[in-house]
Amino acid sequence: MPAPAVLMGAVAYDPKVVTIWEGFRAWLRGRGLDFDFVLYSHYERQVEDLVAGRIDAAWNSPLAWLRAERLAAASGGTVSALTMRDTDRDLTSVVVVRADSPLRQVEDLSGSLVGVGSVDSPQATLIPLGHLAAAGVEVDVRRFDVGVGLHGDHIGGERDAARALMAKEVDAACMIDANHLAFVQEGTLPPEGTRIVAQTARYDHCNMTVRDPASAGVRLFGTLLRGMSYADPEVRPLLDLEGLTAWEDGRTTGYDALARAVDASGFYAADGRVTAADYRP
Amino acid sequence: MTGAPATDAEVHLEGLGFGRGAHLLVQRALAALPPGGRLAVSGRDPTLPVHLPAWCRSRGHRVEWPDPADRSELVAVVVRGTADDDRWFGAERAGPALPSALSRRPPPRWGLGARGALLEAGGPEARFDLDERDLVWADVAPKLYAQAAARQWDPETAVPWDDAFALPADVEAAVVQVMTYLVENEQAALVVPARFVGRIHPHFREVMQLLAVQMADEARHMEVFSRRALLRGAALGTSSAGGRQSLFTLVAESDFALASFLLSVLGEGSFVDLLSFLEQHAPDPVTRRVCWLAMQDERRHVVFGMAHLEHQASVDPLLRDRLRAAIHRRHDALVDTAGLNADVFDALVVLAAGGWHPDDVSAGFEQVQRLHHVMDQGRQRRLVRLGFRPDEAAALSALHTRNFM
Repeated sequence: MPAPAVLMGAVAYDPKVVTIWEGFRAWLRGRGLDFDFVLYSHYERQVEDLVAGRIDAAWNSPLAWLRAERLAAASGGTVSALTMRDTDRDLTSVVVVRADSPLRQVEDLSGSLVGVGSVDSPQATLIPLGHLAAAGVEVDVRRFDVGVGLHGDHIGGERDAARALMAKEVDAACMIDANHLAFVQEGTLPPEGTRIVAQTARYDHCNMTVRDPASAGVRLFGTLLRGMSYADPEVRPLLDLEGLTAWEDGRTTGYDALARAVDASGFYAADGRVTAADYRP
Repeated sequence: MTGAPATDAEVHLEGLGFGRGAHLLVQRALAALPPGGRLAVSGRDPTLPVHLPAWCRSRGHRVEWPDPADRSELVAVVVRGTADDDRWFGAERAGPALPSALSRRPPPRWGLGARGALLEAGGPEARFDLDERDLVWADVAPKLYAQAAARQWDPETAVPWDDAFALPADVEAAVVQVMTYLVENEQAALVVPARFVGRIHPHFREVMQLLAVQMADEARHMEVFSRRALLRGAALGTSSAGGRQSLFTLVAESDFALASFLLSVLGEGSFVDLLSFLEQHAPDPVTRRVCWLAMQDERRHVVFGMAHLEHQASVDPLLRDRLRAAIHRRHDALVDTAGLNADVFDALVVLAAGGWHPDDVSAGFEQVQRLHHVMDQGRQRRLVRLGFRPDEAAALSALHTRNFM
């Protein structure tokens, strides 16, 4: 009987993706799973290939998860979140202004110029703009499109928005909470140079998306990922690179805010078609 | 979360934020708790509610939120995760911190980790092929290193470069010739340890340090000898093909013990005698001083070479066979070469003669013959200390290169 097999897709947003998945591949193969991966240059083709059955699993951004869900439903199927990183749970995004800004609270942002990340960044564009819209705050948007198609995995757009804020080119900037901390620690933002005027509700980030029903290979894949231990020196450097300390069960309760933002902005249609006007991954 | 949470510890960050090191206080407080332990974190920095959970997420700690009605400065309760402990699961000490009870054969995984450090598991397997204690180590190494480090001298100030003296042209030429010979020998003496220092397992770091200082010694020797050679003129002396062939056989030796034997025990041992001879017969204060300075350093090199080989000979009864073979091999390789540069030999006679009267020359010649004898006696003594019988020591010493080094 052939070994259970999985072909996974991952988006090559950074050269380290090769290191990570080559390392995981060796580890998984050593535990009886015939695992391989293919790299995509953006998420849209990866999701289409997952739903079309050309790959068994997709290491998806939250936006890619939503599209997979919609595309699968449109073709009469369903997808599931097999696993996610511990660091994919309960994130928030923030809207920050310069410390000397007269803008004190979220309502004050009305009519201001807000710097955001790429058109397809859940954390630096879609979710925070959705948050402002839900609060009834209308703003002008200046987008920093870096790595379009990577769904915000490339940090460049967020960093450019932060720089534009300090250069007084925009009144406010949107970013994920961890990047606000990272930008302060790396010096892109001075330690007391910004003030947080809005914070979104908690949401979830990436997940390992699979088609239902899960094959034996996919089930084994999930079991093995969840069994990876940070105490294992073989995988710990890979977990560090991928930014997690443990794989958790997948959950899909943390994507509502993004789904509302996608609908409100018309990014994807209900059947999963890409409908964003100026989105060319 | 509602109500006041039961916590195991608390930390108040006051006005400190994560942009200025708040993580150190949180980390310190968490370190005192077991996994699952609960730490109440309070503070006034307005970014804490954003940065604390972001930081905790990346470290595998969980966060519980206070009741929204809580009006205290409590930011959140951090539940300690296991990642910090997991990272050190399987960690090991890379041997003892001090050079006592050294590992007989330290594993490649200790690699460049500091000896005695707690090493996280994983990481590269560094291949240092000189990794057997008995092949590398001598108990005297730490002490010799400390002495060597303490006795480093500055070529600029340790030598009376500006002292007034004037030598007859032929005597100056003899000094220049000898200095030229010394420079090329010191060059070889630098290259030989350089070829081994990167192959020694850092577990035996005092040996690496000692060899590094030895190389620095040779670098200074090259400097002062060439500076003396050019002190009164612009040209160096001659370099013979046979002399360079002799040095080449030294540099080509790839076995650490054998190279150490040929260079330090036989070569530098003889060199100490040569430098002593030159100090005695130096016609000027600069030559006298540079030879004396180099002699002090070379003595230390001989001490380490001897200690290292004496230790090895005590645990490896076959070592002497290899040393014997190395002498024969080098002798065979050099049998058809001229050995010592004739210009160097003549220059030594001129310096020892101190004048051009036939009696002076005869006395100088006699002194150089005596130098050969002293060198031979020294080599025999050291060979006997390494366990060779006296008659065999005499025979082996006679096979040593005529180039001295």
